[in-house]
Amino acid sequence: MEAFTTHTGTAVPLRRSNVDTDQIIPAVWLKQVSRTGFEKGLFAAWREDPAFVLNNPVYQGASVLLAGPDFGTGSSREHAVWALQQYGFRVVIAARFGDIFRNNSTKMGLLPVVLDAKVVEELQAAAEADPTAEITVDLVERQVRLGESAWSFEIDDYTRWRLLEGLDDIGLTLRHADDIATYENGRQPWLPTTV
Amino acid sequence: MITRGKRRKEALKTMGRTLAEKVWEQHVVRRAEGEPDLLFIDLHLIHEVTSPQAFDGLRLADRKVRRPDLTIATEDHNVPTVLGPISDPVSRAQVETLRKNAAEFGLRLHPMGDAGQGVVHIIGPQFGLTQPGMTIVCGDSHTSTHGAFGGIAFGIGTSEVEHVLATQTLPAYRPKTMAIEVSGALPYGVTAKDLILAIIAKIGTGGGQGYIVEYRGEAIRNLSMEGRMTVCNMSIEAGARAGMIAPDETTFAYLKGRPHAPEGPAWDEAVAYWRTLRTDEDAVFDQVVEIDASTLTPFVTWGTNPGQGAPLAASVPAPEEFADPVERSAAERALEYMGLTAGTPLRDVEVDTVFVGSCTNGRLEDLRAAADILRGRTVKTRTLIVPGSMLVKLEAEREGLDEVFRAAGAEWREAGCSMCLGMNPDTLAPGERSASTSNRNFEGRQGKGGRTHLVSPQVAAATAVTGKLTAPADL
Repeated sequence: MEAFTTHTGTAVPLRRSNVDTDQIIPAVWLKQVSRTGFEKGLFAAWREDPAFVLNNPVYQGASVLLAGPDFGTGSSREHAVWALQQYGFRVVIAARFGDIFRNNSTKMGLLPVVLDAKVVEELQAAAEADPTAEITVDLVERQVRLGESAWSFEIDDYTRWRLLEGLDDIGLTLRHADDIATYENGRQPWLPTTV
Repeated sequence: MITRGKRRKEALKTMGRTLAEKVWEQHVVRRAEGEPDLLFIDLHLIHEVTSPQAFDGLRLADRKVRRPDLTIATEDHNVPTVLGPISDPVSRAQVETLRKNAAEFGLRLHPMGDAGQGVVHIIGPQFGLTQPGMTIVCGDSHTSTHGAFGGIAFGIGTSEVEHVLATQTLPAYRPKTMAIEVSGALPYGVTAKDLILAIIAKIGTGGGQGYIVEYRGEAIRNLSMEGRMTVCNMSIEAGARAGMIAPDETTFAYLKGRPHAPEGPAWDEAVAYWRTLRTDEDAVFDQVVEIDASTLTPFVTWGTNPGQGAPLAASVPAPEEFADPVERSAAERALEYMGLTAGTPLRDVEVDTVFVGSCTNGRLEDLRAAADILRGRTVKTRTLIVPGSMLVKLEAEREGLDEVFRAAGAEWREAGCSMCLGMNPDTLAPGERSASTSNRNFEGRQGKGGRTHLVSPQVAAATAVTGKLTAPADL
């Protein structure tokens, strides 16, 4: 996983609520068996509309997505995270996230930041007023900064540490292989197997 | 957060526990201060869409599948529902990749054409692999279905699929607990699907975020296992990763005699344990939602998320009816996408295609319900009936349901996910409108530009007869 400490970049205001992962990457893109090339499928249906915010050239190169509440609901497809990252996003800021999407993001090093809906709207308005305005997302200080303003966000210590270090979960878990073996030996005998 | 957790831990010593807490605690492999619990996973379900990159990851790190005997794979999302090979080369390559991976890592796979093939969430229960008190995961958000048996079952992303393959565990924080108490009895003609659609409309698509939901109360107790699976299946549409129902005699009767259910003395031992899997009288949920089932009527969605629903007897709402500005603008956008005008009675909405199937409503009971309505009638719309598994198909044919569907002019198909998400050729054309027994009415879910109304199998069948959204009682 790519480590995340602090990131500064311009932002895209996506003024829509309930952006489900089917919108982030439509199902037809899920047929790929590789992990790359998903940026082309990001918001594929919406990007066909020339008025869609990502098509506005002033937001080219933006790396922070400012989304409405309930971003990433629905399907568990991690492809949604891959598409956002491969398009160039490092951070998504929203008032609420779908649980699975948020989880997938932290596995991949895309930082989901929860801020109050009013603050997200304030940031969206700022990005609309000045698309070159840079937002800093500081995971060390757990803070989002724009100009003179700063807002704190919450993230649990463990996830923060993993992101800061760019650690791979599987490697961490395998350090406890003995605990897993012990647990396995104590499982109830009637539990089913697939063989 | 930490203070709350500590207080909780203190309280747990004296207080009763919820079903979710009991099942969770039973699966903790390792617990350490400041870290998520490491949970053991009893069953890992695999399908072709969310697994290829996980297997690639294993190969890159030279890792094996730790427990092939707790893993099962099927082909469902891409499979065509007419006989013959997969015509789309990209879909075909994905299915072939799963076959190659299953062979390389030694996993049991039910491929297309196999008698055990079907939608991943249909085959687990059908084989008796889904049992009370288990932890079950799959790279698919509708894994919540399996919670109907009283286990903790939730959808995961591909990174977590790889993690479970390699370790048979997942690091996770225990979600908060929510009780949805459904009192009273569902009126005649009102189904589990209507109930869950009404619940989602009430609490919203984000209402369950961060929670495991336990569905409780008289109306839940009275549901069949099929109905319970329909309810738990759509927990994720209310934002909850997992939904569960305490096991009881209905659960045990469903499981007894299934291929992977315990037998003989092991059965008795298992049942004795399963009977302990209920929320203690004095347990406290973090949140409680109450619903009176007796007030419910057939429910349909009008918008582009599963929370945008209303009784079928109502009209398309006006965005101004929503006080919350976010909900109001979402409604405006939804009506535009759906091509609907506020104030139109939902019963006047004309439908082009009816889809009966999916992990929500593709089980035998659902097909029987649709057949009961279509018997002796003729459909006006294109109507796809897609059994959830090859076994469901076989059982339906044994009862002659396929003849009922064909006689009514509906198409009787092979098993798969089909038009629920249109990864196979079963899709809506742009602007086309469906009444669908599936779980998501998202923009473009059933095909680019397609418009979806989520309904029960009964409403789907009645709608096929009239060509407009219709309750069976209106026929």
